[in-house]
Amino acid sequence: MEEAGAKPRKGVSCLCCICDNRKAALKRPKTLQQICRECFYEVFEEEIHQVIVKNHLFRPGERIAVGASGGKDSTVLAYVLSELNRRHNYGLDLFLLSVDEGITGYRDDSLETVKRNEIQYGLPLQIVSYKDLYGWTMDEIVKMIGLKNNCTFCGVFRRQALDRGAALLKVDKLATGHNADDMAETVLLNILRGDIARLSRCTAIITGEDGPIPRCKPFKYTYEKEIVMYAYFKKLDYFSTECIYSPNAYRGFAREFIKDLERIRPRAILDIIKSGEDFRISTSTKMPEQGTCERCGYISSQKWCKACVLLEGLNRGLPKLGIGRSRGLDNETEKREMKGRSSDGQTRSIESKQCGTLDF
Amino acid sequence: MACNSSACQSNCYRNQDDEATVEQDSLRTNKTDRLAATYGDSGDTHLCFKCKAKERMSSSEEGDDGRFCSDCFRSNLFAKFRQAVNSNAMISPSDKVLVAFSGGPCSRVALQFVHEMQVKAHKNFEASRDRSLHVFGVGVAYIDETSACPIPLHEIDRTIQTIQSVVSSLSPPIKDLHIVQIESVYSSNLSDGREKLKKLLDTVSDVTGKEDLISHLRMLSLQKIAAENGYNRLVLGTCTSRIACHVISSTVKGQGYSLPADIQYVDARWEVPVALPLRDCLAQELNMLCCADGLKTVELTKTSFSGINDLVSSFVALLQEENPSRESTIVRTAGKLTPFNFSRIPDLNESNGVPLATKRRQKRNNFKHVNSLSSETFCAVCNGPLNMSDVQTLRSFEAGQVSSILAGTCCSSCQFQILPKDSISQELLLSLLPPSMVARAMHGSPSNSNSLREKIQEFLLSDDEVES
Repeated sequence: MEEAGAKPRKGVSCLCCICDNRKAALKRPKTLQQICRECFYEVFEEEIHQVIVKNHLFRPGERIAVGASGGKDSTVLAYVLSELNRRHNYGLDLFLLSVDEGITGYRDDSLETVKRNEIQYGLPLQIVSYKDLYGWTMDEIVKMIGLKNNCTFCGVFRRQALDRGAALLKVDKLATGHNADDMAETVLLNILRGDIARLSRCTAIITGEDGPIPRCKPFKYTYEKEIVMYAYFKKLDYFSTECIYSPNAYRGFAREFIKDLERIRPRAILDIIKSGEDFRISTSTKMPEQGTCERCGYISSQKWCKACVLLEGLNRGLPKLGIGRSRGLDNETEKREMKGRSSDGQTRSIESKQCGTLDF
Repeated sequence: MACNSSACQSNCYRNQDDEATVEQDSLRTNKTDRLAATYGDSGDTHLCFKCKAKERMSSSEEGDDGRFCSDCFRSNLFAKFRQAVNSNAMISPSDKVLVAFSGGPCSRVALQFVHEMQVKAHKNFEASRDRSLHVFGVGVAYIDETSACPIPLHEIDRTIQTIQSVVSSLSPPIKDLHIVQIESVYSSNLSDGREKLKKLLDTVSDVTGKEDLISHLRMLSLQKIAAENGYNRLVLGTCTSRIACHVISSTVKGQGYSLPADIQYVDARWEVPVALPLRDCLAQELNMLCCADGLKTVELTKTSFSGINDLVSSFVALLQEENPSRESTIVRTAGKLTPFNFSRIPDLNESNGVPLATKRRQKRNNFKHVNSLSSETFCAVCNGPLNMSDVQTLRSFEAGQVSSILAGTCCSSCQFQILPKDSISQELLLSLLPPSMVARAMHGSPSNSNSLREKIQEFLLSDDEVES
């Protein structure tokens, strides 16, 4: 991953230490090398190419959807993937896939960016909206349940929405813009909250291979700062506003810590990911059995998938339904569960924690 | 209920009382903060939460501990210690135990508890008619690190005086006190060692690397004292809070693979097995005990390193403040990682006189008796088990450019933060390392297997594997 061969030469700091020819324009966040803009583009793109090749992320002829939010990560991902696809003849059909959560003042603006990207990069765009899929926008949900737990709804719904959008596009894989900082943060959070199961799988570069549509993270080893830098120098068109409904202080906690670490030792981010990959976790832990939701047919380890449980709660005016542990389920669902239990003999597998929420 | 589970192992009254407290609270307080409701004093009673007979230690103290009277608090802590000692067979009657004592509260409590255990055993010995019950021996070690990091002379004098007075004031059986300089890892010739140590630390530029190297050297010194004086156990006062920090900092340094080696109750990869009987006690609790019981402690003013370790400690402290069970959660998570097979006292079998109680406990806890030798190879510098796939890529990568022996026998983390980048400085570092580290490097280096190969060369049919 790292450019071990090239060392920063202190004496000639004004020249790029890779090409030794042009003037150095920036200090590379990952290695602190002083390099020129052209060399930065090259190492940045080449690293991602190597990650793709080494991990066999794509096969020739595949249709790939890029999860596009309009933010920096996904914009750069869409740009770089289309570049690399052309340059290295991956033979991929690329698409942009956006989810419209229905958040006024945030998503509507960012979707405009994605629509511009569609034209700029010549990639077909598919938008799936919560309103169409579930009959609720996030604005309506927040109006009903307030600002607590709203991220649970959004997270659960988005996961499914992306899969449904990907199915509409008939793609083989979904590429998301999760970067190295995100990965490191997830590793830490899973340690902090004691989630060994998630800790064991959170560093996988391809996930959901047994599911309908696998997801991959080409930016697994790419630093957030470099992505911003790349977008800045390439003058890419992206949208940079935080979601108006997510004032999530906890994630910020770990994030800040990672930024502090990066300041002392840039390599720490990669080291955290490496630790996450190297953890000795016995694989004997029982995984929840995969089934399908009886209501919508989506993959689910329960009788109903999480989105349907949440949706049921919304539609019946009981938004607490499905939030928190399984104890929170109301009696009716409980009864249904009982019936389901007797039929398949197995007890309900432990309901996993919410995807989007951090219960701190 | 967000209860600090590790803090309560006696679990008597716990549940009913917990709920009762909450019920009372829900009537009285309209606090939204759940933690405050659970842990805050419930107002009408200042009686101990466990024995319900004596005054609580403090009404203002947050956390579990404030709800106990000092006796219950004490016995609760001691129970955690005893549980750790007994269920991991840390100390048996025939043992000679060396307690590492830095002067700080954690190791002070470790010393105190080991001492109490010994006093009890001694009483039994006196009382038994045939004097057949052995009493384990206890010694105390202090490592003087003045030559590794600058400490004012008056401070070190004060520390050593305190340590001497603490050890001599403990009731009999008499404990030997070993005060040893950290440069003793080299040889008995101290001035020579001091020079070498200085040079060694000068070759390490990374602050965190230097700090870690010193702690590896400290362990080597302790091992040396133990081995030279016939001890067969080394007891450290490492508490939950310290381990939590270690978990996070190891993760940050990319030592995820070797992490489970460092955080178990017992670590037998050393010549003298290391035991951590305070693994389940929080630093806060140990501090409180020292205050309550008037245990004398002394701490050196820390020369700020401002490295990764300090950043991690302040992060964990912040988290602990926000949720009083965070440190335990971190340790519990890391405890679920698969341990290595040296994480128990070796050779547990009938003939060794393992106490019956321990055997019964282990049976109950489903301990497996694996006596096979570990197949791991260890990092020459930090003694962490090496991830074989890492080592392989490393060696194949550097096969062309002949690197020093060290590069092939260190974990990636030590390579980054301790080893210099060029091979000449690496050779210099190798020449400055204490003999035990050099031996580890030689043992793990590929040239070692090559020399083995030479011995059996004539019997090998193909040359394929050479230089692979």
